Amino acid sequence: MGVQRNDWSLQRKGQIDQDRHAERVRDAIRQNLGSIVSNESIILADGQKRVKVPIRSLDEYKFRFDHRKRKHVAQGDGKTSVGDVVGHEPQPSQGAGRGRRAGDQPGVDYFEADVELDEIARLVFEDLHLPNLQEKAKREVPSRATRFTEIRRTGIMSNLDKRRSLVENIRRQARETGRAHLGPFRPEDLRYRTWEEQQSYESNAVVIAMMDVSGSMGEFKKYVARSFYFWMVRFLRTRYDNVEIVFISHHTEAREVTEEQFFTQGESGGTVVSSAYRLALDVIASRFPPRDWNVYPFHFSDGDNYYSDNDEAVRLADELASTCNLFGYGEIGDEEGPGYRRQSGALLSIFSDRLRNTERFAGVRIDDRADVYPALKHFFRKRGEEIG
Amino acid sequence: MDREVAELERAIERIWEVGRAFGLDPFPTNFEIVPSTVMYEIGSYALPGRYSHWTFGKAYHRMKTMYDFGLSRIYEVVINANPSYGFLLETNSPLQNRLVIAHVMGHVDFFKHNAWFAATNRRMVDDAATHARRIAEYEFQHGRKVVERFLDAVLSIEEHVDPDTFLKRPANGPQAVRAPVPGRYDDLFDPCELPPPPAAAARIDGPELPEKDLLGFLAAHSPVLEPWQRDVVAMIREEMLYFVPQMRTKTINEGWASFWHSRIMRELDLSDDEHLEFAELHAGVVSPHTGQLNPYFVGYRILEDIERRYGRDRLFEVREVESDVSLLRNYLTEDLCEELDLFVYELVDDEAWTITDKRWERVRDQLVANMSNFGFPYIEVADGDHRGNRELFLKHRYEGSELDLRYARKTLENCQTLWGRPVWLETVVDGVPRTLHYDGSDHSES
Repeated sequence: MGVQRNDWSLQRKGQIDQDRHAERVRDAIRQNLGSIVSNESIILADGQKRVKVPIRSLDEYKFRFDHRKRKHVAQGDGKTSVGDVVGHEPQPSQGAGRGRRAGDQPGVDYFEADVELDEIARLVFEDLHLPNLQEKAKREVPSRATRFTEIRRTGIMSNLDKRRSLVENIRRQARETGRAHLGPFRPEDLRYRTWEEQQSYESNAVVIAMMDVSGSMGEFKKYVARSFYFWMVRFLRTRYDNVEIVFISHHTEAREVTEEQFFTQGESGGTVVSSAYRLALDVIASRFPPRDWNVYPFHFSDGDNYYSDNDEAVRLADELASTCNLFGYGEIGDEEGPGYRRQSGALLSIFSDRLRNTERFAGVRIDDRADVYPALKHFFRKRGEEIG
Repeated sequence: MDREVAELERAIERIWEVGRAFGLDPFPTNFEIVPSTVMYEIGSYALPGRYSHWTFGKAYHRMKTMYDFGLSRIYEVVINANPSYGFLLETNSPLQNRLVIAHVMGHVDFFKHNAWFAATNRRMVDDAATHARRIAEYEFQHGRKVVERFLDAVLSIEEHVDPDTFLKRPANGPQAVRAPVPGRYDDLFDPCELPPPPAAAARIDGPELPEKDLLGFLAAHSPVLEPWQRDVVAMIREEMLYFVPQMRTKTINEGWASFWHSRIMRELDLSDDEHLEFAELHAGVVSPHTGQLNPYFVGYRILEDIERRYGRDRLFEVREVESDVSLLRNYLTEDLCEELDLFVYELVDDEAWTITDKRWERVRDQLVANMSNFGFPYIEVADGDHRGNRELFLKHRYEGSELDLRYARKTLENCQTLWGRPVWLETVVDGVPRTLHYDGSDHSES
């Protein structure tokens, strides 16, 4: 019997197992990146640092009762009677832009985990690489750093390295007299520091985000494009000091818009893809010369281009591919499946057949939200000239 | 600090004196003042020094976060052992500590005298530490991930033990007894005394089936487990057997401790301020949780009612023989049901949780039903050689509540991991018998 008070400061068991749990969450996220990447709570997180993501396979499974089919007992406030409703079962909601119908089985198999967005980003980017990255003409940054990097026997007095000079003197005395001590200085004892000017260079990247906003681009298609750009911009920001984004939306005409307009504006009308490519090339030529910039034009469309525009589109796409690091084209199918799409008019197959510069072109088809992650991986896979 | 400790020691002495005078008779108890991190660690592992697993880390993280946000707070953790351990949070006020010490005294008295605890391992803290060392050693030998995945499977069915071994018929029938041959090496260990190795046991459909002790059955008869894996199953089983009495007596145990902390505190010399603080704390502990069921409150009220109706001697009898199930069955009355405003509710039209019954017998019976088998489905091994093919056949003893099928399938996968051969589970779905089957790669049903 008695009271003790011990030093527990080294006790870390809970912390260690908490880390083990975090590791499990990470593994689970890695396995579920496909569905997490296009998850609304992330794409629409709007600057939140932590997000809830649905993760399979992290629950602790037991033989347990189905609580929905069971009778329970609880306590009231003293005034309850038979027939009172004490609560509502949360109904599976059908959120905007939601992929599958809520009734579909997989939706139930989720465990929500609270995760740092950066953590997810790190995992998403693990497999991504910068395609065709080139050392661009160095643009000097305004700040120029001076660092002393070397020691020499000659130099100016103000840069004398006293400590090393003393050491040299003692070493010389030791050599000459057999005893290590400080004696009179001679010029050969003296050591000077020298400096180097370091110029650091920014590597810059610009994303030309192009999107078809013609009448046929519905909510789902815009959402897919949005998820894609969300991750792409984030990814490029981890690799470049400075990432600029230019938003171009087009139907039969193209124009540069703000980010907000880009993702929200609904338009209508037909599709002339070449208008967007032409504008992109103009923007690149006037503001982001490929000599100085790594340029990543990406274009999302449903591929229903006017037939008469296809030749021009192919020609300009080729030009984009040869002036930029990578030209990406994503063709977004209909959520309900490839159904009625006119195969003949589909740009993706035309590009695949007719583009000459295929090395710097990446085309991918997205029919489902789960395709976004594979698309990212496809665009940013390891390629020939890739560095880092 | 020393002054604080000395003061606490005096308080313990006083509280023990008062409690003893009331008739409480606890094990000796060591108290320890710990920081919140340690408190939440012990709270989430349920025992100090237990083995490592991510599920504990998850619980720890959740509890600590709740504490950091000021949403919940553990004042005390008490460990059933002889001597017992009581952990006090270092930020407790002197009055909180006194209440906690009195509460702990109630628990420890209950551990010592309640019949369901008679068979518990009172050295579990030491054994748990030994288990932790062995499991750490296995992690070293076989790799952390391997052990972790194995523990995942075992923990998924850890509740399926048979705590009532004393009700069991003798497991093995008549056995041939070897006539001892006297000799000069009698002091040495006789290898013939070893049971035959489990893999060699030919058929396992003998008198021991059906067997509720799923963990024990797997440890003894699984065709695939390696020795270290059997050892892990056996350790988890032993720890679960230690915890089952606590799971079975949550309401009565908390009721008992709350009853006594309130009685003991009334005997102490408290200042007006302390009286107020005590009243507030006590009201917080034994408050009704509308829409839920607070075991502290329900247990406390039932015990008070028993004392009122039958006197204090009966109360001590109750603490000796009852579990939650029997306490409610024997002592939950119509008046109490009404006073506590208990009701039965269920999901109507998949949408609204609705009160469907307030008749007190129905309420009582439902409460008892939900507490049976400490709240878990009753699963037993019906056959270890199903279809003559060493397949494991489990039976859910359906008593009106259906299983969560998604969970059942996932758990069945874990059973398959442990058994190594196809597994079956017979249950009832929508009122109709159904058998789930998992063969190691695919699920099927019939």
